[in-house]
Amino acid sequence: MLSNIKPAKLATFVVVAIALLALPILLQATGSNSWARIVDIALLYVLLALGLNIVVGYAGLLDLGYIAFFAVGAYLYGLLASPHLADTFPAVKALFPNGLHINIWLVMIVAAALAGIVGMILGAPTLKLRGDYLAIVTLGFGEIIRIFLLNLDRPINITNGPKGLSQIDALSVFGFNMGKRHTLEIGDWSYTIQPVTLYYYLFLFFVLLTVVISYRLQDSRIGRAWMAVREDEIAAKAMGLNTRNLKLLAFGMGASFGGISGVLFSSFQRFVSPESFALMESVMVVAMVVLGGIGHIPGVILGALMLAGLPEVLRHVAGPLTEMTGGRLGPEILRQLLIALAMVVVMLLRPKGLWPAPEHGKSLAK
Amino acid sequence: MSDIILKVANVSKRFGGLQALSDVGIEIQRGQVYGLIGPNGAGKTTFFNVLTGLYTPDSGSFELGGQPYTPTAVHEVAKAGIARTFQNIRLFPEMTALENVMVGRHVRTHSGLVGAILRTPGFKREEAAIRERSMELLDYVGIARFADYKSRTLSYGDQRRLEIARALATDPQLIALDEPAAGMNATEKVQLRELIDQIRNDNRTILLIEHDVKLVMGLCDQVTVLDYGKQLSSGTPAEVQKDPKVIEAYLGTGGN
Repeated sequence: MLSNIKPAKLATFVVVAIALLALPILLQATGSNSWARIVDIALLYVLLALGLNIVVGYAGLLDLGYIAFFAVGAYLYGLLASPHLADTFPAVKALFPNGLHINIWLVMIVAAALAGIVGMILGAPTLKLRGDYLAIVTLGFGEIIRIFLLNLDRPINITNGPKGLSQIDALSVFGFNMGKRHTLEIGDWSYTIQPVTLYYYLFLFFVLLTVVISYRLQDSRIGRAWMAVREDEIAAKAMGLNTRNLKLLAFGMGASFGGISGVLFSSFQRFVSPESFALMESVMVVAMVVLGGIGHIPGVILGALMLAGLPEVLRHVAGPLTEMTGGRLGPEILRQLLIALAMVVVMLLRPKGLWPAPEHGKSLAK
Repeated sequence: MSDIILKVANVSKRFGGLQALSDVGIEIQRGQVYGLIGPNGAGKTTFFNVLTGLYTPDSGSFELGGQPYTPTAVHEVAKAGIARTFQNIRLFPEMTALENVMVGRHVRTHSGLVGAILRTPGFKREEAAIRERSMELLDYVGIARFADYKSRTLSYGDQRRLEIARALATDPQLIALDEPAAGMNATEKVQLRELIDQIRNDNRTILLIEHDVKLVMGLCDQVTVLDYGKQLSSGTPAEVQKDPKVIEAYLGTGGN
């Protein structure tokens, strides 16, 4: 296997791997956790964008409600690993006297399944719709889920409404609590690892796993069938593809990734509220996929990192500009303006995205 | 087992006040090229759409390879053993030529998501077989050298070949070609004819729906002429050409 890999490629791989592993240590050295936090959140967005890429990039189904599945995962873990249910329902309290602390890995499996099922249920009525119409309906579904979360505090308080769920358990890997600081001590030398750094490695692991799964799906019988549906649904049907089932599968698969990211998100933030799952979030994830290069995994990753990171970088640029205009242009407004501008410029200059799939054989000699 | 691949009897289809097909019946033998011709609006396309499950006929019976066959869902048709090409070529434009043919193998293969993600030995074996068979088919239609090119970059004639290769990949009992020569120049038509001949010589069965009378007459073993949804004439090309009703429909009375 290794003998097939070119030395240059291997060298790139090693350099990238070292850079990825060293990054949080460098960020931690800045003395504050804010940069590491930004990177962690960016990795979560990469996960979401990769999941959505299955739906939008592979199967060609424009889903504007994708964040709903993220919400499903986040709330599921929030409910099963926070004091909320036990505080609200005496029956739960009686069953779990020490409070609900369901194992996150178990929740992750359930979340993947649940989000997948919700994805298919929401996908089912949209099967005959295409393009813009599909986008509108999925947008509606996404909002419905958010509004449910917002209002399900009455008559029975399930989601705690706009107040959200807090005190959610941090993640622990085989008893190793990632929500705490850990100090390595070797002789006189000691090194403290921050939770954000630990989460970085965890998220990185999930991103790599998702990348591998995405590539494997892309290069498989089902992946090709998805792309065939995207390219020409009528021809796909004539080739014997059950386009209905394939679309449902894509919706479900994409939603599962969203659900898992949601679980990670809520264990990282340790707090969830409906605010985190607004329409704008769905739009951003779609924008990441499209801006990066729809259907092309490195492009999607780049798009997610850029759009997640750009606002934070702009935060530092926006300050001086705000001062220049005498405070009339608030940093928040300026940030939005610059992001919008960047998106317009990218789409004008590179309509297929920043890093689209490479062309094979551009034109044939005639 | 009989050697009749497709037997269609008494097919009728009405759209509102228009009788698009009335009592059409054909029988296609294994290894034949069967031509279905007729002027514009004769019902060729309606017949084709009924056969491939797009329209439900008002009446009629179908038998495919000796088994009763009911064309219902479009995607079941390929599974049952009828593969088609489209008049206005419909490939998967952003996929490579090879991938296009590999999609054709979908209906005869089984691996699912889990196999794909875990890369099980079964998955790998099937994937290799799909790839190998698809390359063979590209080679068979003479475009193996374009395997890794996106299909939209191929020339018109090669796109048609690719469509035929993709149809062959479903292991069909019957290949239905919908006006394959439409929009082709003389050279491309000659090459297409050679390809169809080659496919027939491999004991495959073809239903050819065509506008180009010359191509049909030169290539087909049996021909049915439709006009206004009715079966005007059936037989060998020589017989059909002599049929006064056909001459009238095509050339008008008194023409020659």
